[in-house]
Amino acid sequence: MAAAAGAGAGAWAAQEKQFPPALLSFFIYNPRFGPREGEEENKILFYHPNEVEKNEKIRNVGLCEAIVQFTRTFSPSKPAKSLHTQKNRQFFNEPEENFWMVMVVRNPIIEKQSKDGKPIVEYQEEELLDKVYSSVLQQCYSMYKLFNGTFLKAMEDGGVKLLKERLEKFFHRYLQTLHLQSCDLLDIFGGISFFPLDKMTYLKIQSFINRMEESLNIVKYTAFLYNDQLIWSGLEQDDMRILYKYLTTSLFPRHIEPELAGRDSPIRAEMPGNLQHYGRFLTGPLNLNDPEAKCRFPKIFVNTDDSYEELHLIVYKAMSAAVCFMIDASVQLTLDFCRRLDSIVGPQLTVLASDICEQFNINKRMSGSEKEPQFKFIYFNHMNLAEKSTIHMRKTPSVSLTSVHPDLMKILGDINSDFTRVDEDEEIIVKAMSDYWVVGKKSDQRELYVILNQKNANLIEVNEEVKKLCATQFNNIFFLD
Amino acid sequence: VLPEKRTLKLLKSHNINVNWYMYCPESAVILLSTTVLENVLQPFYFRAGTMSKLPKFEIELPAAPKSTKLSLSERDIAMATIYGQLYVLFLRHHSRTSNSTGAEVVLYHLPREGACKKMHILKLNRTGKFALNVVDNLVVVHHQDTETSVIFDIKLRGEFDGAVTFHHPVLPARSIQPYQIPMAGPAAVTSQSPIPCKLYSSSWIVFQPDIIISASQGYLWNLQVKLEPIVKLLPDKGRLMDFLLQRKECKMVILSVCSQMLSESDRATLPVIATVFDKLNHEYKKYLDAEQSYTMAAEAGQSRSNPLLRRPVRTQAVLDQSDVYTHVLSAFVEKKEMPHKFVIAVLMEYIRSLNQFQIAVQHYLHELVIKTLVQHNLFYMLHQFLQYHVLSDSKPLACLLLSLESFYPPAHQLSLDMLKRLSTANDEIVEVLLSKHQVLAALRFIRGIGGHDNISARKFLDAAKQTEDNMLFYTIFRFFEQRNQRLRGSPNFTPGEHCEEHVAFFKQVFGDQALMRPTPF
Repeated sequence: MAAAAGAGAGAWAAQEKQFPPALLSFFIYNPRFGPREGEEENKILFYHPNEVEKNEKIRNVGLCEAIVQFTRTFSPSKPAKSLHTQKNRQFFNEPEENFWMVMVVRNPIIEKQSKDGKPIVEYQEEELLDKVYSSVLQQCYSMYKLFNGTFLKAMEDGGVKLLKERLEKFFHRYLQTLHLQSCDLLDIFGGISFFPLDKMTYLKIQSFINRMEESLNIVKYTAFLYNDQLIWSGLEQDDMRILYKYLTTSLFPRHIEPELAGRDSPIRAEMPGNLQHYGRFLTGPLNLNDPEAKCRFPKIFVNTDDSYEELHLIVYKAMSAAVCFMIDASVQLTLDFCRRLDSIVGPQLTVLASDICEQFNINKRMSGSEKEPQFKFIYFNHMNLAEKSTIHMRKTPSVSLTSVHPDLMKILGDINSDFTRVDEDEEIIVKAMSDYWVVGKKSDQRELYVILNQKNANLIEVNEEVKKLCATQFNNIFFLD
Repeated sequence: VLPEKRTLKLLKSHNINVNWYMYCPESAVILLSTTVLENVLQPFYFRAGTMSKLPKFEIELPAAPKSTKLSLSERDIAMATIYGQLYVLFLRHHSRTSNSTGAEVVLYHLPREGACKKMHILKLNRTGKFALNVVDNLVVVHHQDTETSVIFDIKLRGEFDGAVTFHHPVLPARSIQPYQIPMAGPAAVTSQSPIPCKLYSSSWIVFQPDIIISASQGYLWNLQVKLEPIVKLLPDKGRLMDFLLQRKECKMVILSVCSQMLSESDRATLPVIATVFDKLNHEYKKYLDAEQSYTMAAEAGQSRSNPLLRRPVRTQAVLDQSDVYTHVLSAFVEKKEMPHKFVIAVLMEYIRSLNQFQIAVQHYLHELVIKTLVQHNLFYMLHQFLQYHVLSDSKPLACLLLSLESFYPPAHQLSLDMLKRLSTANDEIVEVLLSKHQVLAALRFIRGIGGHDNISARKFLDAAKQTEDNMLFYTIFRFFEQRNQRLRGSPNFTPGEHCEEHVAFFKQVFGDQALMRPTPF
């Protein structure tokens, strides 16, 4: 009965039909824009689905506003985060002062066939984890901010009209990519997966990045990724976090390697025909030999808290290695510059990528099978946002495949909320259904969740297993017992 | 020669028709010129009372017009030891018939065993009268007409045509620096101003390896190479390094080259800086390897059996990390006008180069990196370097990280990780935890590594009391009472542990009856 994606399970002969959580509505409003009677419509900056009647929109927004105001009297410092009702759950977020984002999610449903043939709908309120969807909502804002800057800036640049345009353009597309049925603990973390490397190769990559920045001296920041995992970030952590999510869930999956594509695939035809190296632009001009090729790069906004920089994002990839060059948006990027970048970066990046690959294979052979993920675990470090999961097998934009039952993932989420309540280090061991044990360990800003499946194990044995795991897989870091 | 008996004894005699001979005392080889053309040379090697005949070889003479007699003149031959090998240098004049560009110096390599081979040709590109000297493994060719000299280094790269390497001068021709000769006359006469010595005069006689005699003025000179001016004259830093690393008195010059290439005005690009570092560390690694194999052989007791095993000599070309740090890097990092990206990039290049040659990086270099990063608030960069273990673990580094905690909170975590990896730093870990009032964590940690029997009770009780958490104090106190019971059979603390005040405090808060009762055996 484990359904990670898709609605409905099994044949019609099954008694129950499951419906996963779904997005009901999403809106952004600012109560300051329409404080008086009759002006309520001005408050709404964005509303999805747009087909809903105007009065209903105003009603929904008004309800949220009222709830937030009301709860503020009880807790002035921490505003309301969510509203639980039987059929759905509403999540509130105030990313900038007086700007509110609300997401309404329908609770998962189980439809049972009653004795007299009528379907009975049962709402599963407890299945949704607050923190998960609150984090998803926060990420919506972060992603918007990455590509459009803050709300306030939009107001300064062009008033409410410009802000509404930007919100419409962005969220219309973005909301379609939200897959609420597969959100889980990892969305709470919003972490970055780092690629393991030995010191020498890492230093070689550093040397490469420094030299590239010196040759192309208009580059402000650089980031280096391999195999969808981060190796180096010149950006600050918070900005890198959201950029990483964009790269791994949106940009990279869109550009599969031409070498992997079939012979008749249209991607092959687009290759500039440069046989000296495998480098190519993922953002920007596709074909450097075409003089009409447009040199348009996506613009991103970083450091919005202090220096507020707008940058061109150039993503250049060779085999599995990808480099992001970020250049100040005030600089005009010409085709000449792109060609120069291609000629400087392409050959060296190709060599570097094959070096990394070779080193990775050597390391894998050396560590052998002992490092095989026999343990199912999730690790996260709040300090550097490093996350590692042997449960999630592949992160695609549509679905995050997990190899464990979603109920277990829910237990992980519960343990996490418990951790966030207290500041001290904790360890929680839960016996789940049918021989599954879940251990959650928190030590000095690090969290580790282990799922063990052992027949007739008891608490002591489970504890020993986890200790062994810490000693072998995590012997580089300091875990308190 | 038997000096003690003051006699000479004839050991061996050979019969050969000899035109002229040349003897090189350094290598104990005599060269005899035979045959009509005088160009077949027969070397003999003297060693330990024996005279061994080496294979003879022929020197190619340039084609000459029919009028002049073709023969090898003694003046055109010199013998010298270059880079530890014996070479016969032949000054081959410009032959007017062929279209050669000028005179050349042909070097024939004369090995101890084996035939003599033509190895190098030094192109002079001019004609006239020349004289040869060899100084500091460099071949110096003096040209009288232009009153200049050129330098050749046969270890620098030249054009190799499969058999012979062609070399060009290292630098354009320059004259020898004139020397002012102080004139010393009789005391009554006022001392005259010093007069310059006459350079390149026709009265010069040149002897190997580095002797010039100016007969007219009555002086005997030793020729020397001055390295500092070369720095400005060779723009190719890689070639400059190759040249300098072979010279004897090169250390300070090399360090000044490094400083200069990192300076604001003359800044070299990163690839050039990387090449220079690589060349330095290549030499450094060679020396380290030689040292290590000598030490291992000496320890294995082979030094007695193998008399050739000698301690490797550290030449000036070996620049270790403290040299580079003291003379180049520490001043470079202090420069305010340097863009910090460049400073970090240079430091990382040096560390990368050391790693590439598998030389362990000294901790003061790591400290330099950390200090520079902290100075410019590049904490995230520091975090990433530590994450990938670019900066190797060491206790001083861990302590430095701890001190950064107020600027960058994750430094605390990074420092604890490093201390754990060091596995000799358990005491430090305990101190860190106690300073953060994590008394239970410290105790559990110590118990986990089995050191709980040796710790000082007072330290932990002090820390527990400071947290003002009475339950915590109770727990810690109870733990130590149990330890006392286990170790000594009684829960009481010995006077040596200085815990009286804690016992009193415990009684005051929890009452007398809460104290553990001693369990009889």
